[in-house]
Amino acid sequence: MLLRYRGSEGMLAWAFHRISGIGIWAFVVLHVIDIYLVGGNPEAYDEILQIYASLPGRILEIVLGGALFYHALNGMRIIVMDFWPAMTVHHKRLWYINWVIFLVVGIPGAWIIIKPAFGM
Amino acid sequence: MALWSRSGRVRPQGGGFEPFAWYLIRITGLALFVLALTHFSILHFIFDPAEQTAEFITQERWNQVFWRGFDWLLLMMVIFHSFLGMRTIVRDYVRGGARTALLMGLYSLAAILFVLGTIVVMTLPMGGER
Repeated sequence: MLLRYRGSEGMLAWAFHRISGIGIWAFVVLHVIDIYLVGGNPEAYDEILQIYASLPGRILEIVLGGALFYHALNGMRIIVMDFWPAMTVHHKRLWYINWVIFLVVGIPGAWIIIKPAFGM
Repeated sequence: MALWSRSGRVRPQGGGFEPFAWYLIRITGLALFVLALTHFSILHFIFDPAEQTAEFITQERWNQVFWRGFDWLLLMMVIFHSFLGMRTIVRDYVRGGARTALLMGLYSLAAILFVLGTIVVMTLPMGGER
C-alpha cells in the first residue's frame, strides 16, 4: 500500500512516480477538454487561459512541469534498470543523478514560468 | 536486503495482455519523454501562456500540419500511457465490482478524450481560413 514504509530512496522514487503520474493524468483530462474549446467555444477557452496566465495558475504550471519532469526522469531510470538489470545495483545513485538534472534544468525553468507574473 | 528498486514493475511472464501492456507503457513512455517535454518547453519557455489565445492556436501554433501531427501523436501516446498507468493503480488498490466499474469509467474517459482531441486537431481551421 501507498503508506507502508519499505525503505529509503526506492520507495520514495516509487511513491513520487505514482503521485506525479496521477497528477499529470488529471491535467491531461482537463487539457484535452480546454483545447477542445478552441474549436467549440473560443471565448470560453480565452477565459480559461487567463487563469493559466495568473500567478496561482503559473504556480500550478511549475508544479505540473515539476511532476512531468520528475516522472520523465524517473521513468528513464526504470527503463534503464528494466533492460539493463545490472544497473539496479546503482538505483539510488541513478535517483540522485535524476535530482541533479531536475534542479539544474528545473530552477531556471520555474523562473521563466513565474517571472511574467512579476512583470519581468 | 533486496537490491531491486521498487519503482518499476517486474515484467509479467508468459503471453497475452499483461506483458504487452508492460512493454507498451515503456515504449509510450520513451516517446513521451521527447514529445511531452518538447510540448511543455515550447508552450511554457518559448511562448508564454498569456499570449496563447484561441487565435494564437489557429493562426500560429496549429498553423502547420507538422505541429498538429506532433500534438496528435502526443495525445495518442499520453492516452495509452496514462490510462495504462491508472489501470495499474486501480488494480493495485481496488477489487471486485468497484474495480470493474472504475476500469469501465476510465476506459470510457479515454475513448472520450481520444474523440475530443482528434476532432479538434483535425477540424480546427488553419490560420487565415477564418
